[in-house]
Amino acid sequence: MKRTTLKPNQISLLQRIHIDGWLLLGLLALMAVGLITLYSASGQDPGQMERQFTRLAVAAVVMLVMAQVPPMAYRRLSVYAYGLGLLMLIAVLVVGVVGKGAQRWLDLGFIRFQPSELMKLAVPMMVAWYISKFTLPPKHMQVGIGFAMVVVPTILIARQPDLGTSLLIASSGIFAIFLAGMSWKLIGFVAVALGAFAPIMWFFLMQEYQKQRVTTFLNPESDPLGAGYHIIQSKIAIGSGGVDGKGWLQGTQSQLEFLPERHTDFIFSVFSEEFGLIGVLGLLAIYLFIILRGLIIASRAQDAYSKLLAGSITLTFFVYVFVNMGMVSGLLPVVGVPLPLVSYGGTSMVTLMAGFGMLMAISTQKRFMSR
Amino acid sequence: MPAKRQHIRDHSAEANLFARRATIAFLIVVAMLGVVLSNLYVLQVKQHEDYQTRSNGNRIKVIPVAPNRGLIYDRNGVLLAENRPVFSLEVVPEKIADLDATLDALTKLMSITQEEKDSFFATLRGQRRFKPVALRTQLSEEEVALFSAQQHRFPGVSIEARLARHYPFKSTLTHVLGYVSRINKKDLQKLVEAGSEANYAATHDIGKLGIEKYHEDLLHGTVGYQQVEVNNQGRVIRVLDTEPPVPGKDLVLNIDIELQLAASKALDGERGTVVITSPKTGGVLAMYSSPSYDPNLFVHGISRKNYSALLNSPDRPLINRATQGQYSPASTIKPHLALLGLEQDVIDQHTTINDTGRYRLPNVSHVWRDWKRWGHGEVDVARAIEVSCDTFYYDLAYQLGIDKISEAMFEFGFGEFTGIDLYEESDANMPSRGWKRARFNQPWYIGDTIPVGIGQSFWTATPIQLAHSINTLVNRGERYVPQILRGYRYEDGQVELEPLKSLRPIQISEPANWDIVLNAMHDVVHGEDGTARHAFKDTTYESAGKTGTAQLFSVGQNEKYDEEEVDERLRDNALYVGYAPFDDPEVSVTVVIENAGGGSANAAPVARDMMDFYFRHHTFDPTPLASAVANQGSQ
Repeated sequence: MKRTTLKPNQISLLQRIHIDGWLLLGLLALMAVGLITLYSASGQDPGQMERQFTRLAVAAVVMLVMAQVPPMAYRRLSVYAYGLGLLMLIAVLVVGVVGKGAQRWLDLGFIRFQPSELMKLAVPMMVAWYISKFTLPPKHMQVGIGFAMVVVPTILIARQPDLGTSLLIASSGIFAIFLAGMSWKLIGFVAVALGAFAPIMWFFLMQEYQKQRVTTFLNPESDPLGAGYHIIQSKIAIGSGGVDGKGWLQGTQSQLEFLPERHTDFIFSVFSEEFGLIGVLGLLAIYLFIILRGLIIASRAQDAYSKLLAGSITLTFFVYVFVNMGMVSGLLPVVGVPLPLVSYGGTSMVTLMAGFGMLMAISTQKRFMSR
Repeated sequence: MPAKRQHIRDHSAEANLFARRATIAFLIVVAMLGVVLSNLYVLQVKQHEDYQTRSNGNRIKVIPVAPNRGLIYDRNGVLLAENRPVFSLEVVPEKIADLDATLDALTKLMSITQEEKDSFFATLRGQRRFKPVALRTQLSEEEVALFSAQQHRFPGVSIEARLARHYPFKSTLTHVLGYVSRINKKDLQKLVEAGSEANYAATHDIGKLGIEKYHEDLLHGTVGYQQVEVNNQGRVIRVLDTEPPVPGKDLVLNIDIELQLAASKALDGERGTVVITSPKTGGVLAMYSSPSYDPNLFVHGISRKNYSALLNSPDRPLINRATQGQYSPASTIKPHLALLGLEQDVIDQHTTINDTGRYRLPNVSHVWRDWKRWGHGEVDVARAIEVSCDTFYYDLAYQLGIDKISEAMFEFGFGEFTGIDLYEESDANMPSRGWKRARFNQPWYIGDTIPVGIGQSFWTATPIQLAHSINTLVNRGERYVPQILRGYRYEDGQVELEPLKSLRPIQISEPANWDIVLNAMHDVVHGEDGTARHAFKDTTYESAGKTGTAQLFSVGQNEKYDEEEVDERLRDNALYVGYAPFDDPEVSVTVVIENAGGGSANAAPVARDMMDFYFRHHTFDPTPLASAVANQGSQ
């Protein structure tokens, strides 16, 4: 028998559909852990499992689609995406829909849309686009403009108010600038400036509920039945898990519903309670693996825009992980950041996977050109 | 700077710069995850035990389980106080999707009133979540059946059962048994002071009166515990461990319910009391105070209207006349005084006086009159008891003097608590010099002593004291504390008898004096001129006794007491104390009827009824009593 074509192996098949195998492996592992934990955290609710599974599938499709787009196309879209996002953020503040005490949604008639989600990608795209127009490292002037591009949407989102998302967006832009090679001197200066900004933020930008979260964070036991309840119950869940955990579906804090928000923001507490420190080590290894892979993709990217975008997306992913784990274990105030790809919930998952789609596009679509 | 713009970008330098920055970023990521991890290490390893404890504290709750209250039986095993399940219709609003629709449907089914709904919503406010709220209490059996058949239509609505006390004999035994009622703030405070509030953690009711109160500790039992796992709403998920409660002891009373019923019937419509005891043991066979009331009213919370009716009734039904009623003992104490006179050699068996119906002290103008206006003529001590001659005792009292009288009568238990197992007891009053000084800041006058001889003036006694003193007489000085509690009943029906409580006996120097007095009491019933001879005509048994008629109204020096003219509430109290059979007394009967008139005509017939009933039915076996006495004696 004659064969004219080589039978493509798996890697080359993945290459053909622009999927990065290592990254995919990490993401699938994470999703698996997420579904297992959610099954327990939701109280074995098949409805929630079904909805989460659907979301993951949709997000995976979004990732696949995003992976097909050439990085250069993203570059060209950067300005429009950012501009559109900014307009919508302003629109949200004016005509937005109020939900859960915050004005985050834009009702487009057929769909309710959270413009801040678009900005999670548009801000690093815009900053990467702008910085990469010039040679690296960026000059002070470019850094300043880059920061301006970050600060405006950050403040708009913080006003909604949505402290968690504004934090994510600010860091995504700042990461791009940092990776571009912003001088250490300037970094020192910005750090000092931010320190000075903190009181301004406290007195002028933060809402009462956000201030309360910070106070509660500093001393949760001061109000064990009120604002401190979440964090205390979460720490009890984590601490009582011990080294090897109470076992899957055996976490009393979660199964008996002492733990609030256990399937969304506090799902890490459920995981820690049931799988213990050993499970936590495994989960952190998966996250670290994905981050490492993302940074490798960024380093191997061909052009500055791709590098900065890939790096920023990866590091922002880490911020999710760090802030979520930090807040549920009492290291950080509770700011409403989900544990990426594990927490129950749709919008941020789609955005995250769209970002990973871009990473995959950057990883797999390289033009063979000379420098 | 156009020149710079045209520079060819140094891609490799940029790539190196980025790689360096990416590496730094990765190292920072690792460092920060290290921080997270070390924090988790502290929580999960270093502080694990602390959080483990707090986690268990969250989920494990200890629920107290109320012990079943001990039952109360009469001496023949008739149930006097039982625990009945009461059913209430309870609603958990959090479990109901549409509360209004459910309430409407329930209203149709059970005809729930608006009042019940209002009270339901009032209770609902400020109630913990998932705690059932009663919509209707004390459901009838029909209502339970009606709802049970439709239960499936009402998720979140259920019928809850609890045991509540019930007294099947209603008002017949109220002053003996008392009742239980909901533990109130004052009870709780007492429990806290006694350090036993934990034992009552699940208990609904507590003894408030009578035996229920006096023997509360025996009846209550010991609380049990259930260790349960609860969720954040406090809902029980599963039971982890159980320590069952220890039920209270089942009590057996000396009361014979047949006799008690007969006593209540005999006193129907009267204000008065009948106390029937066994002289050999002090056991109280019957104790009825009339009028009485239904104790079941109090178990579920008496209405304000009903309570104030009881409280303000001129007949004072709330008083236990047998132990709290303070009456002039009148002539019923003549045998005791006779014994004292004989013992003190103030008189002897043959001493006589000539009774002219009037008694005067030397140099005193006041005249004390005999109840028989023309007097009894020549009487000795025995006849003075048989015909109840007052003059003889005026003189006897005068000769004895108050000091000897008070001292001796204290020994018979007058002026002291008998120690019966009821908290509702009065010590009444045995007058003395010291008492009068303390009470009125006055000296004791010789004139005060004279009416003491016929059990009047300051002397008061409770019917239980009278019964106790008669028992002491018939026992020839042996004394037993009147006891309602007979013993404890075990599951197999065996009864363990409570040991008798004996007191230091009264010893006299000439035992023959007992016989003089007791024989005289025999003649009261069987003698030709005995004051109780009509009442006890043709009995099948031989008995002895003493009548008494207590004046409540002082007749002027030269006036005559006319029953018709005196207000009913000021008419004489009729008294009778007696025992039978004369040779070997099994039973003593004390009767006091307020404002009834003379003791021979009004109290003695009631006592006879009681004795007739007792000997006709012989409803209990006296043998255990005898063996109990034997046991007591050997101790």
